Amino acid sequence: MKSRPLLTKILIHPEAISQLNLNDWDLLIRQARHANLLGRLAHRLTACQLLDQVPVQPRAHLESVLGVAQRQMQAVQWEVNRIVQALDKIQTPIILLKGAAYIMLQLPVAQGRLFSDMDILVPKSQLQAVELALKIHGWITTHHDAYEQRYYRNWMHELPPMQHLTRQTMLDVHHTILPETARFHPDPKKLLEAANLLAGYEGRVKVLAPTDMVLHSATHLFHEGEFNHGLRDLTDLDSLLRHFSTQDASFWEKLIERAKQLDLTRSLYYALRYTSAMLDTPVPPGTTRAAQVGAPSWITLKLIDALFRRAFQPPHPSCSDWLTRPALWMLFVRAHWLRMPMHLLVPHLLYKAVIAPRKKQAEA
Amino acid sequence: MNVSSFTARDLARALRRDGVNIRIGTHTVRIQSPFPAIANNLRLLYANYPLELDAAFADFHVSVKPPRNFRRWLAPQAIFRFDSYVPFKPLPADQAYPLLEWGLNWCFSTQFHRYLVIHAAVLEKNGRALLMPAPPGSGKSTLCAALANRGWRLLSDELTLVAPETTEIIPMCRPVSLKNESIQIIQDFEATVAMGPSAFDTSKGTVGHMRAPTDSVLRSHEMAMPAWIVFPKYEAGSTAQLADHPKASTFMKVADNSFNYSMLGLRGFETVAKLVDRCDCYEFKYSNLDEAITIFNKLSEA
Repeated sequence: MKSRPLLTKILIHPEAISQLNLNDWDLLIRQARHANLLGRLAHRLTACQLLDQVPVQPRAHLESVLGVAQRQMQAVQWEVNRIVQALDKIQTPIILLKGAAYIMLQLPVAQGRLFSDMDILVPKSQLQAVELALKIHGWITTHHDAYEQRYYRNWMHELPPMQHLTRQTMLDVHHTILPETARFHPDPKKLLEAANLLAGYEGRVKVLAPTDMVLHSATHLFHEGEFNHGLRDLTDLDSLLRHFSTQDASFWEKLIERAKQLDLTRSLYYALRYTSAMLDTPVPPGTTRAAQVGAPSWITLKLIDALFRRAFQPPHPSCSDWLTRPALWMLFVRAHWLRMPMHLLVPHLLYKAVIAPRKKQAEA
Repeated sequence: MNVSSFTARDLARALRRDGVNIRIGTHTVRIQSPFPAIANNLRLLYANYPLELDAAFADFHVSVKPPRNFRRWLAPQAIFRFDSYVPFKPLPADQAYPLLEWGLNWCFSTQFHRYLVIHAAVLEKNGRALLMPAPPGSGKSTLCAALANRGWRLLSDELTLVAPETTEIIPMCRPVSLKNESIQIIQDFEATVAMGPSAFDTSKGTVGHMRAPTDSVLRSHEMAMPAWIVFPKYEAGSTAQLADHPKASTFMKVADNSFNYSMLGLRGFETVAKLVDRCDCYEFKYSNLDEAITIFNKLSEA
């Protein structure tokens, strides 16, 4: 494998920008933009008081994205406020997931993070009531096709994505964190029970406990089929791990224990392996050893290593080799294989490949 | 070195290989394309722009290339890429050049929020800038092309970049995109204009690009302070007429015509407020370009 890409190097050691010439900046901005990490890069440089040292042309792009990220933070707070309002009459806790939780908790990982949709988790028993209330308040479903509706409602861990009519914001309503048909079954009740209250919302809004937040992020990433944001998500994990482990001295032990309880040791193993390999995340040796319970066989690991090390490069031509495309394709296949058993997957893929495009054509 | 200092063959070869950096005022774009139409259009329409073969930094790296499949022999197409990202569907290959211009507009209006970007033509005279925000079909580009040929400096026919701190306008002086009848109208209006070849049957009808006046290109580093906001409307048979437009309504219309007003949040609001505050605001009805120019010249002398 090639040496580290420029973007990863600078994210780990921002002070190294003093050695960059304009050609390097050109490449760095491109890699960061296409990895959806321009905001994080800009924020890292600002936090280290290095932004003033950036030459004026690339700096304009960094300043541009800082403004956007700040505005998104504000928009997310407003969106949370709207969702709480819409679900006012329903006696259910609303659990914010991923980006929305990071922002509302003002975690370091939220700084400069760009994202496009909101994710919430509600108990499955309240799903219908929640969906109806959201509809009344202007969120409508985006997938109108009967097959797609059935696919989400019978098999997935979330409703078909919803979009607000006037604000155009996207909302994913989850009832668990992995598809119902997936190989692993973390019990959503355990997540709900351990969730923490978010201050200022009268007990209505919650966020996952720190260990669960990391495990959720890891589970998503290592079940993912598309890796346009692979490196971004890995840097999310890196930031969460660094932050929580400095906040709580026993965080690492808790994390391992929790992964066992939730049946997510494999995802955690990968998370620790690739964050420390790609981003120098300071995982204690004891934790690395304990996480081995989730390791696959050595031969699987050899293959998985080859795939993920490519998937976690910035998605830019300067960071790919001739195996990148096949690797991404295999990960796409792997994600589907993890998501559904064969007797569901084969008909689903056939539908997607044969019938869906014809329908689309007929409609157009 | 300017684009025109290259022979047609050298330019085409450089574009086909690693691409060339073209400086547009304070910004630089790197363009790569094997299409001869793009090389020819660039040589004609960007003749006076600085060109660098191996400049270190480009704000945007774009390419227009044929797809890598059998279609290239059946019904040739052109794909616009921003680095490796493809924001639009491919178009027929004979629309390659308009696709490049639209793609560059897309880059500056969606990927760069250092400035407030308004969908407006902007020109300058005696140090004061005239902004003309308007939806397509209002005759904005035609009026803009006419003014640019009668002593007004062209800053942009499409994208007005406003610095949030100062409300200075940053020039984005590129060829003026004209549609359908406007192409002939401008050629009749000013015989000396350089027009690129038209592309037919595009989503906007027939499209042709007019070369920006040389003086405007050479002064692409000069900012301008906004003085007037005018909403133009072409109305067949009307007499040219300038009427006051309320500031509150101007604010809403400018915000509506901005690509990134909400993206800038509070800064967007403050920028539009400052901008509208310092400008005289009008609506303008016209059918005859000479009449229109008389009125705008009078405005600039007041």
